[in-house]
Amino acid sequence: MNSSYAIPAVALVVVATVLVGAFGLRISRTTSDFYVASRTVGPRLNAAAISGEYLSAASFLGIAGLVLVQGPDMLWYPVGYTAGYLVLLLFVAAPLRRSGAYTLPDFAEARLASQGVRRLAGAFVVGVGWLYLLPQLQGAGLTLTVLSGAPDWLGGVIVAVVVTAIVAAGGMRSITFVQAFQYWLKLTALLVPALFLVLAWQGDGAPGRPFDEPATFREQRSVRVDDSLTLKLDRPLTVTVDGTVDGRTHDDARLSLPAGTHYIQSGTRLTFAKDTPVPAAGRGADDALSPSRAESRTERPLYATYGLILATFLGTMGLPHVVVRFYTSPHGVAARRTTVAVLGLIGAFYLLPPVYGALGRLYAPELTLTGDADAAVLLLPDRVIGGVGGDLLGALVAGGAFAAFLSTASGLTMAVAGVLTQDVLPSRAVPHFRLGTVLAMAVPLAASALVGGLPVADAVGLAFAVSASSFCPLLVLGIWWRRLTPPGAAAGMLVGGGSALLAVAATMGGFPGGGGALHALLAWPALWSVPLGFLTMVLVSLATPGRVPAGTAAILARFHLPEELRTEELRTEDPRTEDPHRDKPRRDEPRRDEPRVTEGPRKEAAP
Amino acid sequence: MPQDPTERRVTVTGPPRRTRRASGYYRPRTEIDEQTTLGHTYVRSLMRSQLRAGLTAFAVLGLLVGPLPLLFAAMPDARRLEWGVLGFGLYAPLVLLARWYVRRAERNERDLVRLVEDR
Repeated sequence: MNSSYAIPAVALVVVATVLVGAFGLRISRTTSDFYVASRTVGPRLNAAAISGEYLSAASFLGIAGLVLVQGPDMLWYPVGYTAGYLVLLLFVAAPLRRSGAYTLPDFAEARLASQGVRRLAGAFVVGVGWLYLLPQLQGAGLTLTVLSGAPDWLGGVIVAVVVTAIVAAGGMRSITFVQAFQYWLKLTALLVPALFLVLAWQGDGAPGRPFDEPATFREQRSVRVDDSLTLKLDRPLTVTVDGTVDGRTHDDARLSLPAGTHYIQSGTRLTFAKDTPVPAAGRGADDALSPSRAESRTERPLYATYGLILATFLGTMGLPHVVVRFYTSPHGVAARRTTVAVLGLIGAFYLLPPVYGALGRLYAPELTLTGDADAAVLLLPDRVIGGVGGDLLGALVAGGAFAAFLSTASGLTMAVAGVLTQDVLPSRAVPHFRLGTVLAMAVPLAASALVGGLPVADAVGLAFAVSASSFCPLLVLGIWWRRLTPPGAAAGMLVGGGSALLAVAATMGGFPGGGGALHALLAWPALWSVPLGFLTMVLVSLATPGRVPAGTAAILARFHLPEELRTEELRTEDPRTEDPHRDKPRRDEPRRDEPRVTEGPRKEAAP
Repeated sequence: MPQDPTERRVTVTGPPRRTRRASGYYRPRTEIDEQTTLGHTYVRSLMRSQLRAGLTAFAVLGLLVGPLPLLFAAMPDARRLEWGVLGFGLYAPLVLLARWYVRRAERNERDLVRLVEDR
């Protein structure tokens, strides 16, 4: 890949991000601006910002790579990511906004009036947020390595520094502009090259083979295997080998490998003839961006597909960076409309990765063997179109990929920093928020340096499974069920989320190995851990009927009544009024009790 | 403005609301505010209708998506169908479902407001 255009493109994206962030900084003045952009973000801007934040590296690069390697079953990932927003809209969006909760711990405290549940929810939020940040940083490293051969820690450090600077400097107001800008950047960066790629495919006579199974080489292609791998052959394969296969060294020998498993040493060059089916490679940890464990189709039973569907459908509502965004809507109705707009925007975006995946199967099938499948999106323009045009389009894609890391990472950092500032640091003033930001980014950066080679790809899947089994029951039951009690909520989160965490951690640690039913149960925990979380929460709540918080009826009324019928807003419209900490002394905002002069509805004139 | 310097000037902040309710419409809102049985009934009926709307849409989603993995597993040769449905076919129905739900939910809320204010 020619890096003479790609590096400037990445640099341009980083600079533009900083500039847009600085623009937000100029109008970001108050504490409320910092945390919730003063709750004045209209549906359109907010929807673009939410989409920009949500479409991470896994969406931009990972899905096309997964589809390339494992076929159309992997398209369940984007479908699940999108449908997750629909479920969020159906059960959570408007009541969550009306609850006035800024983060999930705020929601837990507002609903259950319990510091214990609040802390537990805070611990889960920080954990899920860090799990989700890790692959973003590693993805940035991988992209920069593919583009320029830079050491693989460099991309992560660049993303970490830029994101920390923007979040710490400008808070939510800045981030909203940055992310809205990055949604459109990402869409453009994927759409324009896709159009040219499809035109090139048409010019090629529109071969229909990308949809056939398995993918085949359309011309003679020679592949250098960089990382040792095992080939699983369903039928005999004829290939020219220069290197070591199954422990024997060959020198440009034409081999006929029988069906079965074969071990290819790293550094081996395999040359495939035209129309040879692409063999399936069994690999482990090198898919840094894939949303989950790369398993070949035969190892993915129907159960795994349903586990994936459940985790993504129900897990979206609990992702910390998703929840925080709802609080920036002015009211519940806007929160709902925003969600519909988000569905449209991310649905439009997700039409594109399958195009890259399908064309990748046609034009770059050997990526399945080299372990660089995640780079398919980056490499295709050069491969299919070539020349200066291919280089320019490749540079556009590279810039978009960096926008993906930056926007998701900044949203997650914002959410984690919010929780850290509220629950760990002594006050919620802006300087402490900045300290929280540094903390929020330092931990995953250190972790990504430490666990470099581990399969952190599983982190995203794990985040969804944990969120679906802990936060989904908390939110759904908290909003719709009057008899939820603090002990029930705590027990449900611990049992559901904890068991999902343990199950996936065990799978990542190599237990129980091999395969079989137990392996599938542990690798895809959502199918049993979500019902377990719900059931525990309901049963423990029913067993502790005396612990139903006293104000439950009033709180549920506030969650569900339209704003026009609410009395507290008639008295004052100060955004902080609905804060769950209403009764606590407010150390950092003394001015709100003082008389204020205001000329318009939106000017926050500090005395 | 009062001339007395000790008197504090107090300004109500916030966006201008629609015209305040005219006199005589106070009662039902007070029912909700003061958490009387009638007020509870209002809230419960709203929650029930909203939950029904959400569950209906969720059921449609389940019926739409739930059988697909089984279908694809039953027809391993229909790769093109799988590509088309999963890659490009599901997003528009999801958006339509979301729009239907939002319209229904907002109507439920409007009905309650009308019930409370126009009695």
